[in-house]
Amino acid sequence: MTAPLLHVDNISKRFGGFVALDGIELEVMPGERLGLIGPNGSGKSTLVNCICGTLQNETGNVRFDGSDLNGLAAHQRTHRGVARSFQLPRPFHSMNLVDNLRVPLLYTVHARIGPLRSTGDLDARCLELLEMVGLAAKAKHMPRDLTQVEMRKLELARAVAAEPKLLIADEAMAGLSHSEIDDILKLLMRLNERGITIIMIEHIMSAVMSFSQRLAVLVSGKKVADGLPQDVVRDEQVVRAYLGQ
Amino acid sequence: MDISWDLLLNAIAAGLLLGAFYAAVTAGVSISFGMLDIVNIAHPAFVILGSYIAYFFNINFGIDPILVSIVAMPVFFLLGSAVYQVYYLSFEKRGQESLRGLAFFFGLLFVTEVTLILVFGVDYRYVEAAYIGPSIHIGIVDLPLRMLVPCLAALALFSGLQLFVTRTFIGRAIMAVSQDQLALQLMAVDPIRIKRIAFGLSIATAAVAGALLIIIQPIEPSVGREYIGRVFAICVLGGLGSMPGTLVAAMLLGVVESLTSTFYGPSWAPAVSFGFLLLTLAFRPAGLFGR
Amino acid sequence: MIAVNTAKFSLIMIAAGAVVMAFAHWVHVDYLYFASYTILQFIVLATAWNILGGYCGYVNFGSAAFFAMGAYSSVFMHKFFPVPIPVLIVIGALVSGTAGLGMGYLTLRLRGSFFAIATLALAVVLQTLVVNWDFVGGSRGAYIIRPEELEFAGITINYIEYLFFLMLSLAVIALITARTIERSQLGFGFATIRDDELAAEASGVPTLRVKLIATTISGAFMGMAGAPFPYYIGYLQPSSAFGLEYAVNSIAMPMIGGTTSWVGPLVGAILLGSAQQYATVTISSAVNLLIVGLMLVGFVIIAPNGIVGLVQERLRAWRKP
Repeated sequence: MTAPLLHVDNISKRFGGFVALDGIELEVMPGERLGLIGPNGSGKSTLVNCICGTLQNETGNVRFDGSDLNGLAAHQRTHRGVARSFQLPRPFHSMNLVDNLRVPLLYTVHARIGPLRSTGDLDARCLELLEMVGLAAKAKHMPRDLTQVEMRKLELARAVAAEPKLLIADEAMAGLSHSEIDDILKLLMRLNERGITIIMIEHIMSAVMSFSQRLAVLVSGKKVADGLPQDVVRDEQVVRAYLGQ
Repeated sequence: MDISWDLLLNAIAAGLLLGAFYAAVTAGVSISFGMLDIVNIAHPAFVILGSYIAYFFNINFGIDPILVSIVAMPVFFLLGSAVYQVYYLSFEKRGQESLRGLAFFFGLLFVTEVTLILVFGVDYRYVEAAYIGPSIHIGIVDLPLRMLVPCLAALALFSGLQLFVTRTFIGRAIMAVSQDQLALQLMAVDPIRIKRIAFGLSIATAAVAGALLIIIQPIEPSVGREYIGRVFAICVLGGLGSMPGTLVAAMLLGVVESLTSTFYGPSWAPAVSFGFLLLTLAFRPAGLFGR
Repeated sequence: MIAVNTAKFSLIMIAAGAVVMAFAHWVHVDYLYFASYTILQFIVLATAWNILGGYCGYVNFGSAAFFAMGAYSSVFMHKFFPVPIPVLIVIGALVSGTAGLGMGYLTLRLRGSFFAIATLALAVVLQTLVVNWDFVGGSRGAYIIRPEELEFAGITINYIEYLFFLMLSLAVIALITARTIERSQLGFGFATIRDDELAAEASGVPTLRVKLIATTISGAFMGMAGAPFPYYIGYLQPSSAFGLEYAVNSIAMPMIGGTTSWVGPLVGAILLGSAQQYATVTISSAVNLLIVGLMLVGFVIIAPNGIVGLVQERLRAWRKP
């Protein structure tokens, strides 16, 4: 019986009087593709922030790859292998794309395995990553020259650059066209085939259904369903949450 | 230790009166920093400006300073709206409010102070009114009217603001814009206009606070700087955007400052508020009542 | 831009400094030494401020506090155990650097705006402490008699020339340090924090540690600039050490000069510093400060990248026909 890669153990988070997360329990096995869905405001992003360390959970624990993450800063969690893309892209706007990708390479990959790479190798790796998302042609451009879609891809590339064991894609496909969604899906599948565990947070049901091996549903800070996608979508509570009562 | 009860009670009373006044000064920052997330460190400069305007009309025309400030409020409101518009176009829109916005307000603070030095000089100025001088006596406690009147005016201002923010449409829109700008836009309310009104309002309160200030103590241009620490200390301690919290924090600060001043000497007073601020930021940045 | 590596740049700067020193020695006018000392001091302060402000994006309103701590450490040592000024400079660096570290640790885990407010608070708290500390003179101030000349290894030089030399060396060191940081991985880390701290943290940048390095270096240089000040001015009062002109100028000079590179604070300090020296003599010092304030507001609104930014834009436009 393999141990889960990520174990979210009874996580709660409140903002003043508002309970954003209420005792969330979640497990993700190594190599798994988990979809996380829920209505707006259900706490998905808060959960991601707690897992990644951007926010500190009040109760409970996040165990990753055998150790506790509680108390660790976000950058330390990234070093351990948790990476995420932001829902609203957050590029480093004063640097070109290559330099944007250089950041996780220098600060995460090097921190983990030591500075084995020369500048030339670093640049080559950055270009490789940009090619993977189809942005190689704009390598020397600045983020402000990118379209929304391209910024999303840069977000993903930057997360992948950190060579994570777990990648959390936070609504990476919002507002994309069908073919663009397909591109991202193929990319995520390829990454998963290479062994990266992926949590996909999405509203686009077709993408989530085709991608996920398992589906978890958050409603108002509680997890209301967790299982095979086809079972979950027929679950009464889930249907009610999405269609209203 | 032989504490003189007389001294202690009077210090506490003075502190409470002072605290209410501090709340009036802070009300504006509660709006601009607490709700709009704009670090307007120039707010005390607007307060001092209000003081000098009250001084000018009081000395030259004999008008009561509080009356002057009420007339000045709409002018200050427009001034605040203008300042916000510049701030928005130059910084907020470009997403550079952190570094340059701060430098902008710092520059404003500075320019205002130096202009006042050039126009009025560095001598202390004070106003004359019927209630500056006499005191009410309740038992062993003295309540100087020059502190009591501003205290009551401050409480009135504060309650007025609280009512405005909770009962009127614009007031609630201001609360809303601090929480969810997008939702507000979807309700066909222009968030920029709301923020402009809110900021204008915060500067309008400075007009009144300024008049109250010069009733309580004589002023000179650099007095504003002492208030930066007080105002932000109260804001942070009270929990950003929480009006009742601001009032309590202001009273607390007033009492502690008053006690320090009475028992350790007035030269330590500035350290109290700024020390409070540092401690709060270091250990409890959400404040006493914060989110 | 011509690519010049750090070693070459250092040599160029040291050579430039030597040229300036030789020229000053040849001219040998006391008043010019005094005036230039102030400008050199501002070069150090502006460069120091910019390391935290321009590179990292964290505004420090309390430059005067770090400067004054350097000055008051010197006063303290002068009364307690006199040592030569270069040692005082090191002490100033240690005191102010530690203060920068401590304050950073307390407040850098919060948002940038809270940090800025905290720096203001620190300046006032420190000033109050110093005003109430009689050993260093309190509000009455402290006198430091400046010797006429300095004898060292058989050479005798005019003391004010000696002070000028020290401040010139500090300025050279500060500029070299700033440029070296800019081009290093540390500077790269600073830039990520300035651009988007959350994303930087998520990408693995240890933001707190990096910011603490910035506050420590920045504070240390400000303390170094302050250490010789009591000897320069002869009579040190809290109101002059903690003077508002330090706070404003350390912000205005880099912001007007340009915050993204080491050149900005240098340009800003020389331009504004000279203008102020001239203005204080011809107009009142209040008007002079007013002009600085107005320029700060004006530049921040119109030319966010300062003079260096304007020049860069001009060059870029000129290159593309």
